[in-house]
Amino acid sequence: MDQVAAPVLVDQATHTITLTINKIPYELKIQPWVTLLDAIREYVQLTGTKKGCDQGQCGACTVLVNGKRINSCLTLAVMKDGADITTIEGVAEDGILHPLQQAFIDHDAFQCGYCTPGQICSAIGLLNEGKARTKEDIQELMSGNLCRCGAYTNIVAAVQQVKDKL
Amino acid sequence: MNNFTYSQATGIDNAVNEITGHEKSMFIAGGTNLIDLMKENVLHPDHLIDINGLHLTSIEFLDDGRLFLGALVTNADTAWHPEVEKKYPLLAEAILAGASPQLRNMATNGGNLMQRTRCYYFYDTSTPCNKRTPGSGCSAINGYNRIHAILGTSQHCIAVHPSDMCVALRAINAVVQVKGKAGERLIPIEHFHRLPAYTPQIDNNLAHDELITGIILPREHFNTHYKYLKVRDRASYAFALVSVAVVLRLKEGVIDEIRIALGGVAHKPWRDEGVENWLKDKPATDENFAEAADMILQEAKTFGANDFKPALAKRAIVRACREALNREI
Repeated sequence: MDQVAAPVLVDQATHTITLTINKIPYELKIQPWVTLLDAIREYVQLTGTKKGCDQGQCGACTVLVNGKRINSCLTLAVMKDGADITTIEGVAEDGILHPLQQAFIDHDAFQCGYCTPGQICSAIGLLNEGKARTKEDIQELMSGNLCRCGAYTNIVAAVQQVKDKL
Repeated sequence: MNNFTYSQATGIDNAVNEITGHEKSMFIAGGTNLIDLMKENVLHPDHLIDINGLHLTSIEFLDDGRLFLGALVTNADTAWHPEVEKKYPLLAEAILAGASPQLRNMATNGGNLMQRTRCYYFYDTSTPCNKRTPGSGCSAINGYNRIHAILGTSQHCIAVHPSDMCVALRAINAVVQVKGKAGERLIPIEHFHRLPAYTPQIDNNLAHDELITGIILPREHFNTHYKYLKVRDRASYAFALVSVAVVLRLKEGVIDEIRIALGGVAHKPWRDEGVENWLKDKPATDENFAEAADMILQEAKTFGANDFKPALAKRAIVRACREALNREI
């Protein structure tokens, strides 16, 4: 009987990269067309980061790359080799919620919760940027995150609460 | 998205060599528009050359006082750069009017110049589009064309260039620095983008083997009277229906120099230098701005769903000029 070759799983197009996600390095063998979002969800199994539109329009996939908020659906994982990534699973420390997580609870800043991981990562990026002064600034600088439940008023209040305590 | 291979350029010459002769290869920087278009099956490169490792990430003054913006500096870092905020606030204002904070953290200056139209039919591969598939026809001319062009259109394409940043660059008279197989060249912004004419598939005058290395801003600052006014369907995170970039300088109570660039109305940022010259030495009044706006829009041609645009553009021009004039520093 002829021997049948096993399917080649690692082909020429596959790259080996390292993503440090929430302080843990992951070595991934990955094809170039895998987005950072799919790498995080499907390869590393961190499903807190959500796929909403997959087109950079809704912000549900927002993560922090080297401290800056980006849409993980519009970048390729291979382009982020060596990057330091924070997802919603990594924002709490030592079992204590991130102040923004607590503020979202305090202000009931969600209904279905699907956009919340992206909202919180985006808000962390906003605070890192340090450009928001007023409520209107927060509204403008959170405009990359859609909430179909319409929890915007409470989201802005939650972000403002944390900003004011900085 | 189709399968493709991927490599990282090690230098500018290496990037140019890699792409030369490979018509289906493309450069990738921020990727915010390219990856979107690949997911939509509008673009299908067989190889991507990642240029993010190139040293084009600085903003610095040249010896002659002009400001060089590296092609790979992100839109966010450009808008919030102290020298841009101070000396080219129109550019900062325009960049911050575009996209979302997440996208501005990814999108680069070079990529902003290269972004494609958001014409719905260009994105919809089930419809004819001369820009996507030359010769197939234009679905927008007799279709839904609310966002489409009113100036410089052709019977083959009425798409608009979607950038805010480029409208400001047009008012500032920026220069695009590129490097190709034949060496380096400088392309004034007015000659970078094209009108659709018979070849709407060609957005700009960059050759396939050329790489944008930076944008050079002239020494003139215009940081007193300036305004970027963007009119859109929602207050934030939407493309312009009409946008206006204005810079002006007064001398003894009259206009010494004014520049008015429009976005959302044409296949490239639109300026009418003849009208700007007409305004020179005239008082900076609403009446004069309105007459200038009428002249700029004189040749406007509308297509049904965008019939509102000439009136909107005229009012936006007057308001932007007035706000530039009255800006409190």
